[in-house]
Amino acid sequence: MKAVRPTPFRARNLAGTHPNFVSSAIPDGLILEHMGSIASDLAIEFRDVSYTLPSGDRLLSGLNLEVQRGQTLVLLGRSGSGKTTTLKLVNRLLSPSGGEVLVNGVATGDIIRLRRSIGYVIQDVGLFPHFTVERNIGIVPTIEGWPKDKIRQRVQELLRIVGLDAQMASRYPRQLSGGQRQRVGVARALAADPAILLMDEPFGALDPLTRDELQREFLALQQKLNKTVVFVTHDLREALRLGSRIALMEAGKLVTVLPPQEFLRSDDPWAAAYVRAFGVGPAVAEREVS
Amino acid sequence: MNFLHFILQNRRQVMELTLEHLWLVGVSTLLAVLVGIPLGIMIARWPKWNKPVLAGANIIQTIPSLALFGFLLPVPWLGDRVDRLAILALTLYALLPIIRNTYTGIRGVDPAVVEAGRGMGLTDRQLLFQVQLPLAFGVILSGVRVAVVISVGLATIAAAIGAGGLGEFIFRGLAMVNNQLILAGAVPAAILALSADLALSWIERGLRPQ
Repeated sequence: MKAVRPTPFRARNLAGTHPNFVSSAIPDGLILEHMGSIASDLAIEFRDVSYTLPSGDRLLSGLNLEVQRGQTLVLLGRSGSGKTTTLKLVNRLLSPSGGEVLVNGVATGDIIRLRRSIGYVIQDVGLFPHFTVERNIGIVPTIEGWPKDKIRQRVQELLRIVGLDAQMASRYPRQLSGGQRQRVGVARALAADPAILLMDEPFGALDPLTRDELQREFLALQQKLNKTVVFVTHDLREALRLGSRIALMEAGKLVTVLPPQEFLRSDDPWAAAYVRAFGVGPAVAEREVS
Repeated sequence: MNFLHFILQNRRQVMELTLEHLWLVGVSTLLAVLVGIPLGIMIARWPKWNKPVLAGANIIQTIPSLALFGFLLPVPWLGDRVDRLAILALTLYALLPIIRNTYTGIRGVDPAVVEAGRGMGLTDRQLLFQVQLPLAFGVILSGVRVAVVISVGLATIAAAIGAGGLGEFIFRGLAMVNNQLILAGAVPAAILALSADLALSWIERGLRPQ
């Protein structure tokens, strides 16, 4: 069942702002009612979305998917299944060839504003090599014109949040380890306090111990911050551990969307094949999920 | 060392011609930078312009310099002042390395960095000035270095149309079959090229993030 959809005009103003911030600022009861529906509504919605390359190759078709606010949706699938494409449709690094992608209830609007309201973390991190850690983390606040001391303060706060030393601020990315770099990447994505976080295999290139550590911290962080997260991975264990729901993709199509527990018991052939491939027995699974 | 003797005796004139030479090279390089870097940025952004622009710069490069100087001589406004003409010709020759290096420099920026920047909501302009150009700077500057070294050599030929510079000694020496005179032009030109190259490499090292 769908909640009352706010008018596009209203919703556009809200895109990217924190729900709490608006509800206290606007006294009108009618609008507040709308607010309520937005706050509890879907953060992201794919409606019959397809994506075709200029060459004619179809990467995605008939995608219908919803992400609730505060949820972590994991896009699981093998290489080339369309996970990353799906993710990039959310922050408009790609535009859908068919259907629409709604973020905070709207499918249109200023793309630059939209991107600044969405945190983005990728596997290769993509830190600016010529910027210090501090400037890297503060990039979105900087281009948004925050005052300098507020940025500095925010950077220190974020370094704490992601478990890095305050003195790391003056280092350059190449002076950091892989794990530290990815922490900076996460801090940078969180800088302007976006309600939505997109993460494309952020822990994929890390060694198992560091990955485990970062996954654990991600869970702790998510409990505190309660962001809407879309997380791409091909690692079933990671999906079981981090996801509120797991969306399994194969060959540009969505196979099924299930909570972790049900995913393990699913008799869907693709899901079962995935579980088999990872050799995740029920005992292991229980531990991962809890 | 007879030619050293010659240089000492004619140091005023050597100085004068060296400054003239520097003027030709400096102005033409500056113009080539002002035209070449934007062109390089343009073809990095709109790749369909890549082929025609680079082909054009390549073709210019294949024209023998003496022919180009002679070819431009009858052009009305240009032909009035030969140094104008020499500067234009030198600018055209300096374009190719600058355009090409700007293009490769921007294209060579780690795609993950560009994608992250775009994904965070940097505008094209912010991405260009804050990320792509700073990261491409070393490659662009080495293009300028190549252009300067080429220009110092080519500028000697500008003397053939009377634009001055150290080429005067060389052409005079050729006409008089006087090796000392040729060396008096060639050696300072070589020193000029080397020191310009060295100076630019210092700048490059100084500006690179440590």
